[in-house]
Amino acid sequence: MSLGSQLLQYLFTGITLGTIYGMVALGFNIIYSSTGIINLAQGEFVMLGGMMMIYLTTIIKLPMVVGFFLSILIVALMGALFERGAIHPLKNPSVITLIIITIAASILFKGGAMFAWGKETFALPAFSGEEPVRVLGATILPQTLWILGIMAATVVFLIFFFGFTLTGKAMRACAANRTAASLVGINVKTMVLLSFALSAAIGATAGIIIAPIALMDYNRGTMLAVKGFSVAVLGGLGSNVGAVVAGFIIGIMESLGAGFISSGYKDAIALVVLLLVLFIKPGGLLGSKEKGEFKKF
Amino acid sequence: MLTIRNLKSYYGRMQALKGVSLHVEEGEVVSLIGANGAGKTTLLNSIVGLVSSRTGQILFSDTDIIQRNPRQIIRMGVSLVPEGRQLFAPLTVIENLILGAYQRYRKDKKSEIKSDLEKVFVLFPILKERKSQIAGTLSGGEQQMLAIGRSLMAKPKLILMDEPSMGLAPLITTQIFQIISELHKQGTTILLVEQNAEAALRISSRAYVIETGRVVLQGMSQELLHNQEVRRAYLGREYKEVWE
Repeated sequence: MSLGSQLLQYLFTGITLGTIYGMVALGFNIIYSSTGIINLAQGEFVMLGGMMMIYLTTIIKLPMVVGFFLSILIVALMGALFERGAIHPLKNPSVITLIIITIAASILFKGGAMFAWGKETFALPAFSGEEPVRVLGATILPQTLWILGIMAATVVFLIFFFGFTLTGKAMRACAANRTAASLVGINVKTMVLLSFALSAAIGATAGIIIAPIALMDYNRGTMLAVKGFSVAVLGGLGSNVGAVVAGFIIGIMESLGAGFISSGYKDAIALVVLLLVLFIKPGGLLGSKEKGEFKKF
Repeated sequence: MLTIRNLKSYYGRMQALKGVSLHVEEGEVVSLIGANGAGKTTLLNSIVGLVSSRTGQILFSDTDIIQRNPRQIIRMGVSLVPEGRQLFAPLTVIENLILGAYQRYRKDKKSEIKSDLEKVFVLFPILKERKSQIAGTLSGGEQQMLAIGRSLMAKPKLILMDEPSMGLAPLITTQIFQIISELHKQGTTILLVEQNAEAALRISSRAYVIETGRVVLQGMSQELLHNQEVRRAYLGREYKEVWE
């Protein structure tokens, strides 16, 4: 393989990884924007999405399409239940308390998944065909195209939802100014519930589309959450465009690093980026400085 | 329209209102004047339910609303233009206005909301010009207009205004007060809280003076404008120099 096609191959891998990280980061952003919470259980939503899909399609043998939407729905409900059970009942909690609650939830979800499905690693067949497509000496799996397509659809959906629907605007209003939101009659608590359900759904989507190429087990969520968090910080917490761009940056850096340096350092790269961003530009690539000053985290 | 009897409000253990009673008739502009920390903002926030630990009676159109939350109170037709404007700063002007009508989308026709939007644009032509601009980038006066416009979008029966002239240049302040009297002419009922006592007294029919959580004086605005005590304390007039 020539250097050129090797580079291209790493690039494709990086884009695939980056898309997933970007989607995890989008989930972080949605909850962060409407509540100020960093939801550390975000990675668990990804894992649950993947596991649920595998369970529904390979064990219960539902058709792929049904399994896809049903898994997303179930995980979204779990997100909503988590909000109602653990976040909603608290009166005037501090943000740090809430974040610690999300850690507890993450452990609970992980434990629950291990209890339900055991410790093995599961595989999911690709959505359509396993035959790689050859491009200029590099190969792309058809699943990669699915991943890119679904990511694009998710981003378009989010842009439409937050930009053009009343509920989406109300969610942004809550993020911008809670007092004012309740003054125009928006039920802030419902919006928080919705943001948990929505970000769980997006996490689940990411888990489902990555399962055919990365496999899935109960323990997969944590690392994805760390990567997704690095991406969200690099892109500027709360910035959705930032999340997508930063996802590609970290994904590509990771696959180049694994290819040219050593795959042992693969997971360290995102963390090094996270540290560098926090040292040099804590607002992230696309986060504004002024906004950053008002953030608690 | 609004009758408040013996309202007491608390921030934790601190009592901010110590039994306030007042009333606002339909179509009236009533102003509430007083120094910093007298409890004016607390009073407005208590009416809409933002300050929830409150006792007494708040009758709005003969219904006691003291047990209700802000959403229910706003739906009944009370709208607050909050202190410091409290816009949705990252959202556009038009989005701010549309969200002002948020609680109406379920029951009212879209065309009705749209025609109210046009009415707001007639009242504030500058907002129409800037409708796609981000609200946080507007000037202070424009932001205040947007805050008033947003509250009008809720189609309120009663508007509570908290210091609409705060931090604005004198010329803009005059403009804002003109708008308030324009709203009055259109029949809107307004309870106005102001530190700019003179301007507030000139456009209102009646007024209450509030001091450390109590109403200490009330009457026709014209009379209060000529009241010695009010002139000295709030209008900065006839200040007697004291020579030892």
